[in-house]
Amino acid sequence: MSAAATKIIQPLPLNSTTTNRSPHKALFNPLKTIPISSFPASTRKLRLTKPNSPHARRRSTSVFAVSDVVQEKKPTFNTFFPNLLITKEEGLELYEDMILGRSFEDMCAQMYYRGKMFGFVHLYNGQEAVSAGFIKLLKNEDCVVSTYRDHVHALSKGVPARAVMSELFGKTTGCCRGQGGSMHMFSKEHNVLGGFAFIGEGIPVATGAAFTSKYRREVLKEGDCDHVTLAFFGDGTCNNGQFFECLNMAALWKLPIVFVVENNLWAIGMSHLRATSDPQIWKKGPAFGIPGVHVDGMDVLKVREAAKEAITRARRGEGPTLVECETYRFRGHSLADPDELRDASEKAHYAARDPITALKKYMVENNLASEAELKVIEKKIDEVVEEAVEFADSSPLPGRSQLLENVFADPRGFGIGPDGKYRCEDPKFTEGTAHV
Amino acid sequence: MERDARVCVMGEDVGHYGGSYKVTKDLANKYGDLRVLDTPIAENSFTGMAIGAAMTGLRPIVEGMNMGFLLLAFNQISNNCGMLHYTSGGQFTIPVVIRGPGGVGRQLGAEHSQRLESYFQSIPGIQMVACSTPYNAKGLMKAAIRSENPVILFEHVLLYNLKERIPDEEYVLNLEEAEMVRPGEHITILTYSRMRYHVMQAAKTLVNKGYDPEVIDIRSLKPFDLHTIGNSVKKTHRVLIVEECMRTGGIGASLTAAINEYFHDYLDAPVVCLSSQDVPTPYAGTLEEWTVVQPTQIVTAVEQLCR
Repeated sequence: MSAAATKIIQPLPLNSTTTNRSPHKALFNPLKTIPISSFPASTRKLRLTKPNSPHARRRSTSVFAVSDVVQEKKPTFNTFFPNLLITKEEGLELYEDMILGRSFEDMCAQMYYRGKMFGFVHLYNGQEAVSAGFIKLLKNEDCVVSTYRDHVHALSKGVPARAVMSELFGKTTGCCRGQGGSMHMFSKEHNVLGGFAFIGEGIPVATGAAFTSKYRREVLKEGDCDHVTLAFFGDGTCNNGQFFECLNMAALWKLPIVFVVENNLWAIGMSHLRATSDPQIWKKGPAFGIPGVHVDGMDVLKVREAAKEAITRARRGEGPTLVECETYRFRGHSLADPDELRDASEKAHYAARDPITALKKYMVENNLASEAELKVIEKKIDEVVEEAVEFADSSPLPGRSQLLENVFADPRGFGIGPDGKYRCEDPKFTEGTAHV
Repeated sequence: MERDARVCVMGEDVGHYGGSYKVTKDLANKYGDLRVLDTPIAENSFTGMAIGAAMTGLRPIVEGMNMGFLLLAFNQISNNCGMLHYTSGGQFTIPVVIRGPGGVGRQLGAEHSQRLESYFQSIPGIQMVACSTPYNAKGLMKAAIRSENPVILFEHVLLYNLKERIPDEEYVLNLEEAEMVRPGEHITILTYSRMRYHVMQAAKTLVNKGYDPEVIDIRSLKPFDLHTIGNSVKKTHRVLIVEECMRTGGIGASLTAAINEYFHDYLDAPVVCLSSQDVPTPYAGTLEEWTVVQPTQIVTAVEQLCR
């Protein structure tokens, strides 16, 4: 075995009803220093449930799948480094995606303070591993539904940086023609179904997209339709009715959806512990008969492994999975948040687990890439982000005539005017008055 | 549903039970449990689910078992149903139909007697229609299903038993048009849904008394058919609105404002609006009767207006 043997990562099994923390330690105690484990190898041994053990029989849903898949996968890995979880190409793809996310968000902060973007802007710094870990496994036809913290989800899914930046600047060339803004990133081409301002309201939409996938397979007889939907949302949302209602419906009808909780421990200024009776969100999956997984959301490889399993489950028609990613946002809730409530030691703890630094270290130490190669990527992304800003800057602002477009898909919905003609047929109508 | 495989129904008890008012009777037997989906009791979430399905290519019809229950779905109806086409820059269409029985019934109590059209009318991006006869119920339903816009179709609890001869061949009505029920010369009476029958009852009395009312069922609650309405006002110069909505902020209130704005010059008298009382609909039969507009009140109002 090569020296890489000690670096095998095995994620928690999907049926994990215990965690590997001592029962006496509070699970999420932001004020307490948790021993920092070196990425990616965890010094704690994870217990895997063997397929035929009595524990495993507790549920009829696919509990054994994780260990099977992970074990099966070993022989197909990089032949030089059979114990690594990614190939060089995959690693570079993940790295580039996370660097793009980070650079883009940093540029957003700059642009915001320079008065180029406005309103509520929620940045994703620190959470890149979740977006890259999950979304890079998807096909174009798979759907992603997000929250107001959606820039990086859109970027990971393939929406061009210039389209997102333009949207943030409120220009017509934005992905939503400037009509959505930071919290409403949509892309039909890349199947990004939003961008929602109210927490929880995207989860039913995601459930609907998953419903369509099942409908297409079973009613429209498109037998090869195995599109999966990912619903991203935070810890605060997990106390909201829509979350529970959709877990129920998705489980009931075995919809091809993965519910991804980005638990960054804070909902603006409300600590997850102060808002939630049982803070272990993954536990809420089994209550509906679906697997609940907890994963280290600062470790893109661990996220990716859990994601692979959950997405494969969904594609096979076995139903939803609830994946709780423990992650952290390095910045405040939004650019307007003074972020005074979070403890410095908590921030420092997670800063030390920066997913980008960690992946870089992993790739270099395992000879998957050199520092120089990674620097090339960083430079390339710098240029992409700069170009996005230039593009957005030089794009036109929406004109008056754009005001009433897109209110209705069929503009006859504006009705019939006093003269008997449909209002939308009146050329003056597009000048954008609100008289309807 | 036969014509387009993407059309599906979602709601509580729409499948095996056939719908609380049997609107979807036997459809589940014909089309299966996925196309006629019995949902758990989670209005906000299954309405949102219908919206997500619509965005990804299906054409769902959401049934509120009683329209009042859709108050729980207000978040999804307002934010997502109405707005997503716009906020996505036109990328996603939401061709949903949201329908259900509403209105004041026979002593159903306050919460089962609601008129949600007044609450939904401000939501940008949706259309609202109210059917009142078997003929227009079918035509409007088809139009709503085929429309690319989200449409809320208001049915009335007391009108499900109406019987009428309707054409065998297919027909689709226009969502934005009002219906001329009875042409006349003296006064324009604008109404919709169940109140149409109270108006027509009053009309019989009025005709006997020598009046000639023009009765228009506006059908399209949002947007208003200002052409049909306007032509009528220009002819009769007097307007009476009879509705079941509450007085405050109802459809009548908006209609009054629109008529005053566009046809003020043609009016010989102020627009009169008869609406339900601003009270939670009482259970007691006598009180309930006084909550809604009765034919005698309509007759009195016309007589006063035409003096």
